[in-house]
Amino acid sequence: MSKLMSSRIAYGEALVDCGIENNQVVVVVADVSSSVKTDFFEKRFPERFFNVGIAEQCLVNVGVGLSLEGFIPFVNTFAGLLLRSFEQIRTCVGYANTNVKLVGSYAGISDYKDGATHYSICDIAAMRAIPNLTVIVPADAVEVRKFVPKIAEFTGPVYFRISRADTPVIFDDSHQVTIGKGQIIHEGDDLTIIAIGVMVERSIRAAQLLKKEGIKVRVINMPTIKPLDQNLINLAVHETGAMVTAEEHSIVGGLGGAVSEYISQVHPVPIEFVGVYDTFVETGLNHEYLLDHFGMSVEDIIKAAKKVFKRKNEYH
Amino acid sequence: MKYYSENLILKLNNYASQLRMDALKMIYERGAGHPGGCLSCAEIISTLYFYYLRINPRNPHWEDRDRFILSKGHASAILYAALARRGFFEIGELQTWGHPNSRLQGHPDRLKTPGVEMTSGTLGQGLSIASGMGLAAKLLNAKWHIYVLMGDGECQGGVVWEGAMMASKYHLSNITVIVDYNDVQLDGACHEIMPLEPFVKKWQSFNFAVIEIDGHNIIEILKAFDLSKEIHDKPTVIIAHTTKGKGVSFMENEAKWHGVAPDEEQYRMAITELKGGTNE
Ligand SMILES: Cc1ncc(C[n+]2csc(CCOP(=O)(O)OP(=O)(O)O)c2C)c(N)n1
Repeated sequence: MSKLMSSRIAYGEALVDCGIENNQVVVVVADVSSSVKTDFFEKRFPERFFNVGIAEQCLVNVGVGLSLEGFIPFVNTFAGLLLRSFEQIRTCVGYANTNVKLVGSYAGISDYKDGATHYSICDIAAMRAIPNLTVIVPADAVEVRKFVPKIAEFTGPVYFRISRADTPVIFDDSHQVTIGKGQIIHEGDDLTIIAIGVMVERSIRAAQLLKKEGIKVRVINMPTIKPLDQNLINLAVHETGAMVTAEEHSIVGGLGGAVSEYISQVHPVPIEFVGVYDTFVETGLNHEYLLDHFGMSVEDIIKAAKKVFKRKNEYH
Repeated sequence: MKYYSENLILKLNNYASQLRMDALKMIYERGAGHPGGCLSCAEIISTLYFYYLRINPRNPHWEDRDRFILSKGHASAILYAALARRGFFEIGELQTWGHPNSRLQGHPDRLKTPGVEMTSGTLGQGLSIASGMGLAAKLLNAKWHIYVLMGDGECQGGVVWEGAMMASKYHLSNITVIVDYNDVQLDGACHEIMPLEPFVKKWQSFNFAVIEIDGHNIIEILKAFDLSKEIHDKPTVIIAHTTKGKGVSFMENEAKWHGVAPDEEQYRMAITELKGGTNE
């Protein structure tokens, strides 16, 4: 297996670099600085760092206030806890279209020791339903590092979702990221797997195993869930005719929802979803175990791929 | 004033010390959990579970039970230990904490664990939920009492004060809040991260009866609970001055021991100290 790297550390370091580049960048956090690694920024730029205490609604609105005066606030807590500020995010960030960068760390089920209260398996669904919000889920620590400066430069509210786990590194330093663009990272024309986050690496493994069985799978890394890279999806729909989505999130309303909403309007093809099957996930001994036992194993991806491939052939 | 025997006080102190050891063992074996905030509330938990709460381990849903909400849900280890020692389930089950299919989740889950009144883990919820329960008790003419244990850092959340206004508007004297005032939260000292002072005045201005105690002193805890029962026109808050990590010198007052497990050596040192020995 590939080398593991920590996304939250990559984030903390990238944020410091951003702070060096641009003195408009400020950081706000709600008493989880040492966990989400904004403590690096605090050390370097104590005057541009603000800890609001355990007060997530205040957290978001402090970011809103800073953005109204021209600063670029990165607002940080656990993804699951940011949901407490959902209304602030809808009204004061989305509706008011303020330049706030919301960073949900410990996302998905990566905070495996803390259980369902600390997981976030419906955050993508919630955030992407808010007009004006851009939603980004990096696939590995390299993408985290590459996206942070892009997000700082970008004008408009962003939700950036980061894992607590040390996850497999997929990309090398030459990797380029663009907000709103996905990319093909494994070629094939029998079916397409669109994946985000830690599921990208698992999807590559699934594609490699399926290749041995003669099924040629295209894998797309789709870090921007909103706005979706419609061209890339269109191409995949026409060239492969079957889709699987894979995400560390509920199958309700996340990547699977976004992709199927789109293709059902332009060119419906069979689609299968890999993710958490609409249930609360229990506490675990490690992240991998939970992924493997709650519907997100490589085997689960393979099953979904075979099923959709069969459906595609029945279709025609 | 009620008289409390030396035996009772000794018993509750012994339970506090037992619960500290249980919780640390659980955290050590799982390699995860929150030692600091478990150790700081050991006397409060032992007094509630081994004297004050009217509960029935054989019938966790007994209608007339007192309600206890662990609003600072990250202290789950010491709650689970108390429930086990009180007979809600086998002590051996504590070892399953956080394992696949365990009834003991990282944070308290009312649907899984016998004796857990309400699910918690995201801070700030306990008091507003207690207000709802307090209103229900009034409607039902019920005599049970509601206890809510909160962290001090937790009190930074606005929803706490929304719940406080509710409790005082409806004169919910059936609610007793205990704040584990250890002045340490996740990122550091509360007075630096987000100052709470003047804390007594804050609660007074929200029309709570305020009792300040040493939260490691069993007699003071007992007396505070007695007093809160004699107040009939408003809710009570007991501000319990405590030490985060109490009883394990290297954990005391250290934010870094908020949410990490000790290694083998640290665990051995901690247990020696809790048993009354020294590590010299
Ligand atoms: C709403 C919410 N925000 C943040 C957290 C993460 N968190 C868990 S414990 C903790 C610190 C709690 O400090 P305090 O309330 O003082 O508890 P104690 O010191 O008694 O452990 C934080 C920030 C959380 N669980 N819930």
